[in-house]
Amino acid sequence: MDLFLQQLFGGLATGAIYASIALAVVMIYQAIDHFNFAQGEMAMFSTFIAWQLLDWGFPYWAAFFACIVISFLGGVAIERIVFKPIHNAPVLSHIIVFIALFSIFNSVAGFIWDYTIKAYPSPFPSETPFETTLIGMHQLGMIAIVLAMLGAIYVFFRFTSVGLAMRAAAANPVSARLVGVSVDWMLALGWGLAAAIGAVAGMLIAPIVFLEPNMMLGILLYGFAGAVVGGLTSPGGAVVGGFLVGVIENLASLVPFIGSELKLTVALVLIVGVLLVRPFGLFGRVVVNRV
Amino acid sequence: MSTYSKYLALAAAAALGGMVASQAIAADKMYGPGVTDTSIKIGHINPYSGPASAYGTIGKAIAAYFKKVNDEGGVNGRMIDLVSVDDGYSPPKTKEQARKLIESDGVLLIFQSLGTPTNSAIHTYMNKKEVPQLFVATGAAKWGDPQNFPWTMGWQPNYQTEGAIYANWLLKNHPDSKVAILFQNDDYGKDYLHGFEAALGDKAKTMIVAKESYEVTDPTIDSQVVALKASGADTFFNVTTPKFAAQAIKKVAEIGWKPIHLLNNVSASVSAVLKPAGLENSVGVITTQYHMDPTDPTWKDNAEMKEWNAWMDKYQPDGDKASSFNAYGYAVAQTMEQVLKQAGDNLTRENVMKEAANLRQFHAKLLLPGVEITTSPTDFFPIESMQMVRFNGTTWELFGDVVKAESS
Amino acid sequence: MPTRNPADMLQIAGIEMVSWRRIWLVAGLVIAIALPFLFEGFTVFQLTRALIYAIAILGLNLLTGFNGQFSLGHSAFFAIGAYTTAIMMDRWEVAYYWTILPAAAVCFVAGFLFGLPALRLEGLYLALATFALATATPQILKYEPVAKFTGGVQGLDVFPDDSPVSFLSNDQWWYYFTLVVALIAFLVAWNLVRGRTGRAMIAIRDNPIASKTMGINTALYKSLTFGVSAAFTGVAGALEAIVIQFVAPDSFTFLLAVSFLVGLVVGGIGSIPGAIFGGLFILLIPNWADQISQGLSWAIYGLFLIGAVYVMPAGAAGLVRLVTMRLAKKPSG
Repeated sequence: MDLFLQQLFGGLATGAIYASIALAVVMIYQAIDHFNFAQGEMAMFSTFIAWQLLDWGFPYWAAFFACIVISFLGGVAIERIVFKPIHNAPVLSHIIVFIALFSIFNSVAGFIWDYTIKAYPSPFPSETPFETTLIGMHQLGMIAIVLAMLGAIYVFFRFTSVGLAMRAAAANPVSARLVGVSVDWMLALGWGLAAAIGAVAGMLIAPIVFLEPNMMLGILLYGFAGAVVGGLTSPGGAVVGGFLVGVIENLASLVPFIGSELKLTVALVLIVGVLLVRPFGLFGRVVVNRV
Repeated sequence: MSTYSKYLALAAAAALGGMVASQAIAADKMYGPGVTDTSIKIGHINPYSGPASAYGTIGKAIAAYFKKVNDEGGVNGRMIDLVSVDDGYSPPKTKEQARKLIESDGVLLIFQSLGTPTNSAIHTYMNKKEVPQLFVATGAAKWGDPQNFPWTMGWQPNYQTEGAIYANWLLKNHPDSKVAILFQNDDYGKDYLHGFEAALGDKAKTMIVAKESYEVTDPTIDSQVVALKASGADTFFNVTTPKFAAQAIKKVAEIGWKPIHLLNNVSASVSAVLKPAGLENSVGVITTQYHMDPTDPTWKDNAEMKEWNAWMDKYQPDGDKASSFNAYGYAVAQTMEQVLKQAGDNLTRENVMKEAANLRQFHAKLLLPGVEITTSPTDFFPIESMQMVRFNGTTWELFGDVVKAESS
Repeated sequence: MPTRNPADMLQIAGIEMVSWRRIWLVAGLVIAIALPFLFEGFTVFQLTRALIYAIAILGLNLLTGFNGQFSLGHSAFFAIGAYTTAIMMDRWEVAYYWTILPAAAVCFVAGFLFGLPALRLEGLYLALATFALATATPQILKYEPVAKFTGGVQGLDVFPDDSPVSFLSNDQWWYYFTLVVALIAFLVAWNLVRGRTGRAMIAIRDNPIASKTMGINTALYKSLTFGVSAAFTGVAGALEAIVIQFVAPDSFTFLLAVSFLVGLVVGGIGSIPGAIFGGLFILLIPNWADQISQGLSWAIYGLFLIGAVYVMPAGAAGLVRLVTMRLAKKPSG
């Protein structure tokens, strides 16, 4: 039982990692109707920028917010510079550009900052206010921040005119353009927001897994999985999905014959299973195909 | 006696013995591919891109070392022309690059190719082609098999040997301990495991209470550490690469587990592992070493370390002085240099291999005092001794003697 | 007399497109046959690998280009093909040329079975499921119970017989062997997409709902396409095992699946000859990038990719099509 609780909370802690990345995945999906395979590397790069600022002597929160702003602008710039010329190219061409961005960010980060791991500070105290070894203070703080981001995104999409315009632009670009929404800039805004959320995720993940150019390689897959399980159209679903993947993966390691050797495989089988039963995720909207 | 004066003495002895001298003249200027009167072309394969790119540092260090050798006049008057290529740690790519080096660039030999799966991919090829595959950067035991693979040789102490050192130490000092093991799910992790289990012998069944593995793609190993603690173990054998080692050390401290912590040498770097994990969390961690850690204050005034520092300043001004890869590359390149020196003007592939198997108590600078490189036609394991060390919060403290574990 | 495609009757320099195509085909074949005698062993070996990749990309193209299904998991089928060959040669000492068809068969079954559930997924979801397959493959190959067949992390050595033709070196022999297999593969693919099956595949791609109402068994065709696609890629895997003479789990990571996708897009989606360009691209460009700058080779590769997408949004095949369209004139007579 003790071990079960340990793994359950351990799963929630890793789930927070996946959930934060899943949020960024959903954000970009809302804007461009697609996955961004370079999302993880962009988050990693943002975290390195924050690390550099800290290294230059910035206080933690100054670096934190500066990094968010820089990442937002960077995201907008990528859309405007790299993707604008190929707006009309087929989807697969976009995927190739994602792959290109992936290798560029990874390689440049390694070139500038090296491949050795770096410790990244946590903004939270190291001691939990109550006696427990089930979960650390950083993990608790991270869960709180992920939920706060979720709330902000919910409000943004539901109640602000920009958020509504963005959803319109993604869902139906032609009609949106007719009612005066600048679809192009909505795309750029989506990129910026996704990059900013990714930056926050990166800065929260780095204290746990350590900062290095390849730190997102494994995490991104789980982040995608979380987003898909929860439903790509639902930020709340993505967060729940992220936590679910973390918990399932950890509990799977308790089952004999699976152990930690096959837990990844098991987690993936479960994800495909969920998709077969509910093809648009647990909380996703069903999209009806019309002929 | 320094290496150089040793070499001089050897040369003098050779010159005095008439027979030997005339043989040397007879063997005068035998060249294999890639060798001229002024240069020796050496191939080198390293992951500069991809998941293992952290090891790229070693490649840069080796190139910088040979630059120093060339600035000082080369080896026996010949410049070392190092052709270093990237395989991204992908076995088919390694095969492609090895073929390029040998068939297209025409190198004399391939030096320090890195990784077990990657070296496995070219193992048979190199031996069929009869090209030296020297001092490969992997600790698998299979590289020291002169009977079946006379053209391949390892360098560092092999993982099984190291695993056995920890096991023997436990048997002697903590015979009743309950051991939990975390290992990377590949050949490297399993080699350590085999060496450790074999040395424990019959006691392995009772002493090892839990084993957990992880994949390099796993984001964290938190769940494994938690499960290991739950097994009730009082000893933790940590067979992980730097990033995961740091995560494990941190997690062990976080969940309030206080085992005897045995860490594999792969992650024994103060700056790359213990510092990110938290120095206070690392107190008491035990590992083995065979070369000096540049970040370890023990060696601050050591003459070899000062020389290394000067070399870093001159040849790698942007390099990371805290990285033990820079020490490793420095030491392994000296070994290559020594073999080429010994080969003299007889630079055929056969003779290079013969001299590689003829290293006698060679001390490469930065190896721990008492750790020497010895090989013979039947012993293809250059470094076989290590010393156990314990971390005291700022530095590794040597304890016990230099342990020499004969590999099978 | 069968009606002729008007596009075929367009002319460049007074010669009809159909004839041009034949000329190019013959010229290409002559060049392909001559190549091993023009280059040294290592280059021939590289060309062989490019051909192998071309077959794998062709397999992916059947799925993506002609059937509209995504896959980021074709490295898995490449691995299954390679391991089928390696295990047959290692365990039962089967001669290498007898392993190609079994590898194709095993991969067809594997692809078909994977396709059955995957059918229900579309677009991104299918991409994710196949992505998962690619990531899990190395892990499964290392799993203890299967490790006694696969050699686990150590991999397996493969020892194919030497060239049976005295005047051909091993490299040249492997090249011709691969070339023959590739020609058969391309011919099969060509016939497939031009026939009834191909029309059904394309109909499903272009309008799944309409094709269903027209009585095409979409489910069956999609699964079959997945199987056929996997079989092609498996053949490529088998050839790679023979040519590299070694298989290990680390050879078949997710990055390989990404490479195939890159080759597919750069060569041209839905173009059969494009696969050859794709194969050359994914083999040669990383090498060039590495020569330009070792530390930044991936970044340079990335720039190459972006450049390729800008210059050839529809792949190399698209570019060729565009150029011929510009040059082509209606027959004057």
